[in-house]
Amino acid sequence: MYQYDQYDQAMVDARVEEFRGQVARRMAGEITEDQFKPLRLKNGLYLQLHAYMLRVAIPYGTLNGRQMRMLGDIADKYDRGYGHFTTRQNIQYNWIKLEDAPQILADLATVEMHAIQTSGNCIRNISSDHFAGAAADELVDPRPYAELLRQWSSFHPEFDYLPRKFKIAVIASDTDRAAMRLHDIGIQIVKNETGEIGARFYVGGGMGRTPMIAPVIREFVPVLQMVSYAEACLRVYNRYGRRDNKYKARIKILVHEIGADEYRRQVEEEFAHILTLGLEPPQAEFERIAGFFADPGLERGLADGYDRSDPDFAVWADQNTTPHKQAGYKAVVISLKPAGGIPGDATADQIRLMAELAEVYSLDELRVTHTQNIVLPHVKQSDLYALWQKLDAAGLATANLDLIGDIIACPGLDYCSLANARSIPLAQKISARFAEPERQRTLGELKLKISGCINACGHHHAGNIGILGVDRKGTENYQLLLGGSEAADTSLAQIVGPGFSEDGIVDAIETVTNVYLAQRAEGERFLDTYRRVGMAPFKEAIYG
Amino acid sequence: MVEHCLRYRDDEPVGDPAVTVDAFAVQGNATAVRIEPGDDARALLPALDRIALIEINFPAYGDGRGYSAARILREHGYAGELRAVGDVLIDQLSHMRRCGFDAFAPDKPITQAAADKALATWPEVYQKTVDGRSPIWALRHGR
Amino acid sequence: MKILTGNDLGSGHVVWWDGQGWSRHVNDAVDVGDAADTILAAEEAARRVNASYAISATKGADGTVRPDHIKDRIRALGPTVRPDLALQPSDPQSGNWVI
Repeated sequence: MYQYDQYDQAMVDARVEEFRGQVARRMAGEITEDQFKPLRLKNGLYLQLHAYMLRVAIPYGTLNGRQMRMLGDIADKYDRGYGHFTTRQNIQYNWIKLEDAPQILADLATVEMHAIQTSGNCIRNISSDHFAGAAADELVDPRPYAELLRQWSSFHPEFDYLPRKFKIAVIASDTDRAAMRLHDIGIQIVKNETGEIGARFYVGGGMGRTPMIAPVIREFVPVLQMVSYAEACLRVYNRYGRRDNKYKARIKILVHEIGADEYRRQVEEEFAHILTLGLEPPQAEFERIAGFFADPGLERGLADGYDRSDPDFAVWADQNTTPHKQAGYKAVVISLKPAGGIPGDATADQIRLMAELAEVYSLDELRVTHTQNIVLPHVKQSDLYALWQKLDAAGLATANLDLIGDIIACPGLDYCSLANARSIPLAQKISARFAEPERQRTLGELKLKISGCINACGHHHAGNIGILGVDRKGTENYQLLLGGSEAADTSLAQIVGPGFSEDGIVDAIETVTNVYLAQRAEGERFLDTYRRVGMAPFKEAIYG
Repeated sequence: MVEHCLRYRDDEPVGDPAVTVDAFAVQGNATAVRIEPGDDARALLPALDRIALIEINFPAYGDGRGYSAARILREHGYAGELRAVGDVLIDQLSHMRRCGFDAFAPDKPITQAAADKALATWPEVYQKTVDGRSPIWALRHGR
Repeated sequence: MKILTGNDLGSGHVVWWDGQGWSRHVNDAVDVGDAADTILAAEEAARRVNASYAISATKGADGTVRPDHIKDRIRALGPTVRPDLALQPSDPQSGNWVI
């Protein structure tokens, strides 16, 4: 994985000092909260329901054992012993003090980590495929491209005060494991007819109040023009994105309102101009970065196959490991969704354990998924059993990957000042209702996502089953949606009907799963059955 | 000239008041223009060589359109004074400089010392812009 | 009643105006009547509170103060899903009044 050189380190250190000064000015009253807020947001520091919340960046979801251990230590030293992994591959701490924030950033900087641009109206953490470098179906590892764009977007002087936040995802396979088309810019690294590698740009996707799937704006941008093209996309947005209404300020609204063709035309015009400026890093820089991702030290010549005689282990191995491009290996998904637990949360001890397990079993690398789980990408099949035993002892071996128990939930009204309803207690109830492992496996792949408000941090629009919490005359109420997909066959979930109480929606979900079981054809996942039979049978069963 | 203007140029400041972009289009002898966030900086491109001062207004520092306007002007060869006016805090100075501003007239005065310190925030830069600084990728590969 | 709440600037703690200063306990909150804006302006300017605002609350017969909106009740208590992190974790009943 990427390692800082003295330049990267100098930049992160400079940012720490800049923020230290900004905090001092705020504490001394030299700037008001209105003036300070955008500055602290650019360092990932929110003021939430109970305290300040710090969102630490995990670039394209990749980190090593040393970094993971620091995240655990920060939870103990500055927070209340746990952290929350998010749907953008970052980690959040909920009980931060402003007066500690500069030192936390300084501590992070010692392990090449930061909270730069994890909030604010700027380019945010660039996300990617959590199986990058391990997946057999990727064209190339997408992360060097993500790293190139990360550096380009960091402290970019022109794009620090965009109309709104800007989220970029980069993948390099036809299978979309990063919800790429639901981003402001989604990039798929592709090969053209002549075998040249380049970037397909999708621009204008997003969730929130007005979910949209990004259209293709450019089929192919040569790799050595990718930064220039991104610059053109951002400049058009910075100049013409709406600034009159916070809820219409994302680029998806601009692309929708002027049309993809017009947006493309403006970008091409800007792109032609920018190409004359020589802004693009040279091939040597891309190759330098790519070198860090080339070979993590995988052993050649290992055989596939491992002892499955322990039945509990076999169930977990079948559900939570995925094929690896290198024979004899698997990518392992550590579930942070124990039955009845808080999705995405991990204690400091669990975080440190995962750090150690990565060092011992996964060539010192971990990933954070946008579904709030942790991946150990390079595990020898011969090590799976020992790994599973350690995970199991720590409550980290729930075998529910992509099953109904693998719930994605935002922090909701328990933590977030933007929320209208609590999401975690609902997740816990659903998880408990469907806790029985055999029942979950019978239902099969069923991606359930919960957002506590329309900002959709739980990605409910992309859920096979989506839940949106609303405030109905001062009481928490929940809307049920069906049929979303975050994969390459991206679709937006549709609302079923009138909303429910917390207990009511748990019952409604059970009804939905019963309809699925009654209707499904051989081999159909829930999403397939829904797409075949439509909303009607579900609506009928729920509302009569 | 505004009293609390910070200036990073050697030449004499322009004394003329800045006219709006619309007015500039019809006034043949104006040498100073003020760009508002909603103006298109490209409207000035045909006349750049006769402009000595362009003010770019930031009514609210969160409206970042002026950064693009500034860069576009410099990218097309504008060599006169480029002055950021309005809601400008020391926290914006460094990025503004990188986008081509060489003068600042903030609503709330900034001392020269604070400004100089703010402009030195970044030891290196990741991006090539119009300020002439070598980006990190160039330093890495001996350019 | 009209009560005032906010966060402590440096620590981020949720606080409630008790008539003279800012308490961490919602039951110390006092009715400020029409004086909300005046008090908040002074307290914010002196940085004795941050991100403050006025809310409606109901005083119980037992003297407890119950914010009218669930969001502020959660602020008063702590996350409902982590009773161990509540302001008064030793009280197992402390979560019951939030919902």
